[in-house]
Parts: sequence; structure tokens; C-alpha cells
Amino acid sequence: MIKEKGQINENQEENLATSSKVESPWTIVGRRLRKNKLAMIGLVVITILSLAAIFAPFITGIPRDITNLANTNAPPSSEHLLGTDSLGRDMLTRLAYGGRISLTVGFVSTSLRILIGVILGGIAGYYGKGIDNVIMRIADIFSCLPFLPIAITFVAVLGPSIYNIMIVLAILGWPGIARIVRAEILSLREREFMEAATALGIGDFKKIVSHLIPNTMASIIVSATTGIASAILTESALSFLGLGVAPPTPTWGNMMYDAQSQYVLKNRWWQWVPPGIIIFLAVISLNLLGDGLRDALDPRLKQ
Amino acid sequence: MKYLLEVKNLQTHFFTEDGIVPAVDGVDFELEPGQTLGIVGESGCGKSVTSVSILRLVPNPPGRIVGGEILFEGKDLVKATESEMQSIRGNDIAMIFQEPMTSLNPVFTIGKQISEAIMLHQKLDKKAAKERCVQMLKLVGIPRAEQAVDEYPHQFSGGMRQRAMIAMALSCNPKLLIADEPTTALDVTIQAQIIELMKDLKEKLNTAIMLITHDLGVVAEMADHVIVMYAGRVVEEADVIDLFKDPKHPYTIGLMKSKPSLDGNAKRLDVIPGAVPNPLAMPKGCAFHPRCSHAMDICKEKMPELNKFGDNRKIRCWLHEKEGGEK
Repeated sequence: MIKEKGQINENQEENLATSSKVESPWTIVGRRLRKNKLAMIGLVVITILSLAAIFAPFITGIPRDITNLANTNAPPSSEHLLGTDSLGRDMLTRLAYGGRISLTVGFVSTSLRILIGVILGGIAGYYGKGIDNVIMRIADIFSCLPFLPIAITFVAVLGPSIYNIMIVLAILGWPGIARIVRAEILSLREREFMEAATALGIGDFKKIVSHLIPNTMASIIVSATTGIASAILTESALSFLGLGVAPPTPTWGNMMYDAQSQYVLKNRWWQWVPPGIIIFLAVISLNLLGDGLRDALDPRLKQ
Repeated sequence: MKYLLEVKNLQTHFFTEDGIVPAVDGVDFELEPGQTLGIVGESGCGKSVTSVSILRLVPNPPGRIVGGEILFEGKDLVKATESEMQSIRGNDIAMIFQEPMTSLNPVFTIGKQISEAIMLHQKLDKKAAKERCVQMLKLVGIPRAEQAVDEYPHQFSGGMRQRAMIAMALSCNPKLLIADEPTTALDVTIQAQIIELMKDLKEKLNTAIMLITHDLGVVAEMADHVIVMYAGRVVEEADVIDLFKDPKHPYTIGLMKSKPSLDGNAKRLDVIPGAVPNPLAMPKGCAFHPRCSHAMDICKEKMPELNKFGDNRKIRCWLHEKEGGEK
């Protein structure tokens, strides 16, 4: 009897606990994201690609740069799952290593770009007038510079390296983000809750950082995810021009450019299809994840 | 120092492309600690501009305080620096806005928004601020306050949001609360609750309230002293009972007549003919004379002064200039 009674009490307590439990904002975001199947697929693919890049040495166990001139251009086999390239290096190994550079460039250059863009866009949008004019005209100048000549000059002066590529991508890419942030803040700062914030005695810096920028998060995240994808593509273009990551270090981009002749296209699909598919998968997964994150982070969507 | 707030000859003008709009043109009033002052008038008479002028929140450009003094505890807010204003806003003087639906930031929880002000002005840490926040929400009658602090504004109803705004405004124990039409956006039952709440809180916390409204019922319910404004000027000032019993200024009389009463016969309500004059082309003399049924020749020529009339009363009208007005 007593035991039973205790059990009932326990059950009741449990019910009370679940009914009055408050979800923290991040649990809500996580729950919403999990509901979105496409975004979850994107997240899983990106995670797999990142893990493959991190654990690249263990995937095949074959060293990255060891050439084997007796076994060049070999089609996929049990020994080399994705065949070998023109120097007899294992394609799968190089693909995994390539992810290291491509993903790092994508993430780091986009983070830098957002940092610059959000700070300058936020200041321009909030203060307006002269400051806005100066910042946005500088943004105009940066966005009408032709990308390749500037990138080539920059890298020629500082020397080709993965870091310089990231810096070039960030410096030439911030105006896009700055414009988005500025435009949103221009309309947000006129909203009543900003007047209410002023009436509470909150200073300019706090208003920009903790009231305005979080409101622009949704657009920033979407722009960032597509930005990572385009940074991956730009990095491959620069690597091809010899301005990015020099061989023998593989990236997804320079692996595709390795195989560019008609003959390779027709007869050695394993040298260009896998990197192409991986770039495609990475780009589309990032876009799907970005879309899902935007929906999940928007508290105005009631669920 | 008798008064908490003393406004002397406040002038706030808007410099528009079409000319200068004197939205507030020489307003004087005083407010004692713990007192409730009602400011009534039609749309566009300068009520809201007066209130934002006190907090120096006039949108600039086009608006600017061009003259007068706003003495808060003896300190002139017109001359205060921006950083001095920041420490006064929210701390000594707080404001409740008209639109509870849009005055809360949609991306933050209610608790975070309220504790931001508490942390800023009271120098409390996060945990203490949150406790205070729950306490404030309980005070304004929000059910399950412990959970409500972690909810977003969209999860709140209109009445709850207005309560949250009041909680936010009162969280730092301000000496003066400016309520700019706090009940306009709410339905009638919630209006009554909010008014009860404000009356209750005033007694508990001894906060002076400046209540801006065009709802005479709200004024009668809450205010101790009332200012009637017309075209940027004070036209009548009186204790609430005197004003409702015996309105003197023709405009006040008009306002009183235009409100429905329960015991009257079912006649059409009286209206004040015409509309508020265009602020860019104010009529010469008394601004009200084109709509006034008692207009005399002098009304078209000269603006009357705001004269003392008895103990606690001031009237700006030529009709009363001769009767008992003392210069």
C-alpha cells in the first residue's frame, strides 16, 4: 500500500515537472532543427565530410603524396577504391586530405568576412548620415574591384598561402554582408523596441551589439552558409591559377583541375567525378543547413 | 525642493521642409513626488512630444528642444549631457510606451529584456537580476512568473506584454513614470486591469506618474491633477475633481461634453466643431478661437496668458481674464 502510494506521488511529481518545464532557447532551436529533415541531411553530410578531413590519415592508410609510376591512372579497384591519378597517387586519400584545406578556407574566410561586414554594417546602419556614407562608399569601392586581378596582386605581394587566400576572400567579400546588415538595421532602429531600449538608458554600443545584430542573425546565417560554399569554389579557382594552395597539397578544387583534358574527361571519370560530387555535396548541404538554421533560429515562427 | 519635476516654458519644435512646427510651445507644469499628473488633449496637441522631451528622446532631426527648462530634482535635463541622460533614463525616469505589441524586442526573452535594465542601473549580477525580474513580473500579476521570464514576447498576450513593459519600467524603482497612452492599444477589460495595477503600484512604490492620454475616463480614475493641452500649449490646469465638476476653458467644456455619460438621455454627443489647426499656419490670437463658440474680438488678436485662477488652477482664456483672474 505504502509503496503504491509513493509511486503515485512520484508519478504526479513527474507530471508536474514535465508540464512546468521551461525549454531553454537552444533546446527549442535544436528541436526545430531536428524536425527539418533536409537540414538534418545537410548537417550529417557536412559532419561526415569534416570528420573525413580530420581523420584523413586513417581512411586508407596510404600516404598522401607517395607517387607510384607503375600504377598511374588506374581505375577503381579493391586496392585503390577511387583509382589513382596521373602520378599514381590514391584518389580517395587525396580527396579526404583535400577537405581539410577546402573546408578550412570556407569556414575561416567566411567568419572573417562576417566579422568585418557585421561591424561595419552595424555602425553604418545605426549611426547613419556621414558615417554611413563613408562606410558604404568604401563598400562600393571594394565590391566593384575585379576579384581576380586584386587577388593576384595581393597574393603576388604577400606570397601564395592558404592564409593569404582567406584574407583576400574576407577583404573582398565583406561588402555583401555589410549591406545586408546595414539595410536591416536601418529599419530595425526605427522600431518601437529600440525607442524603449533608449528610454531604459541603454547605450549605443549595447544597443547595436545586443539588440540590433541578433535581430539580423537570420539573414547573416543564410548569407554565411552560401558564403562558405562560394568560398570553397573560389579557393579552387585560385588554386588552379597557382595562387592558392600549391601542389602537391590537394584541395577539392585543384584535384578537379588536375583532370581537365578531353581525354581524361572521356576516359578517366574517377579523376574528376568524385571531387565534383564532393564539392556539390558540400555546397548543397551547407545551403540546406543554412536554410534550416534560419527557420529554427527565428523565434517569431511559433511552434 | 517641493517638486520632483518642474517644466518651465518648454518649447520643442520640429524643423520640417515646409517650415517650423511648434509641437510644444511654452508648456509649464510641476509634479510632486508620488503625485499623478494627467495630460489630456486631442491628437496632435503635443502631449507625447512633451513626454519624450522630458527623456530627451525627441527624434533629431527634425525635432529639437529650442527653449525652456526641465528641472528634475533641481537638475536641468535640457542641458544634461547624453551620458548623464543615459543614467537617468530607465533609472530615475522610466517610460511605458503606447504599443505593447512592438515595444519588446522579438528575439529576446522577457526576462533578458527586463534584467538588462536592472543589471545596467542597479549593478546586480545576472542571477540577482533574474530574481528581481521574477519578483517584478509577480508584482504586475503575471501568472507563473518563473516560467514567463524565459518566454519570448510572441508567447505573451497584449495585456501580458503591457504588464511586462510596466514591470520593465518599474524594475529600477524610478521616481517618475511616464505612461504614454498605456491603455490605448488594449481592450476594455484589460485596460481596467492595467489602470488598477498602476494605481496599486503607485501606492506601493510611491512613484510619481505622468499619465498621457486622450481617455478622460482613465484620467478621472487615476490622476490627482490634470493639464489640458491644445495646439502645443496648456489651456487649463486643475485638480481632477475641479476639472470634471466645473470645467472653465471652452475647450475643456467641449471635451467633457463629447464624452458619453451613463445617466444622460440618449442624445447625440456634442462635438467640438472643426479640427486641430494646421501647426504650420496657427491662427492669430488664441489658437482655439476658430472653433470656440464664445470667441470674442480680442481672441482673434492676442493669445491669452495662462493665469492663476484660485488655488490650484490655471486657465488660458480671455473669458476668465476679467472674471477672477489675477495677474
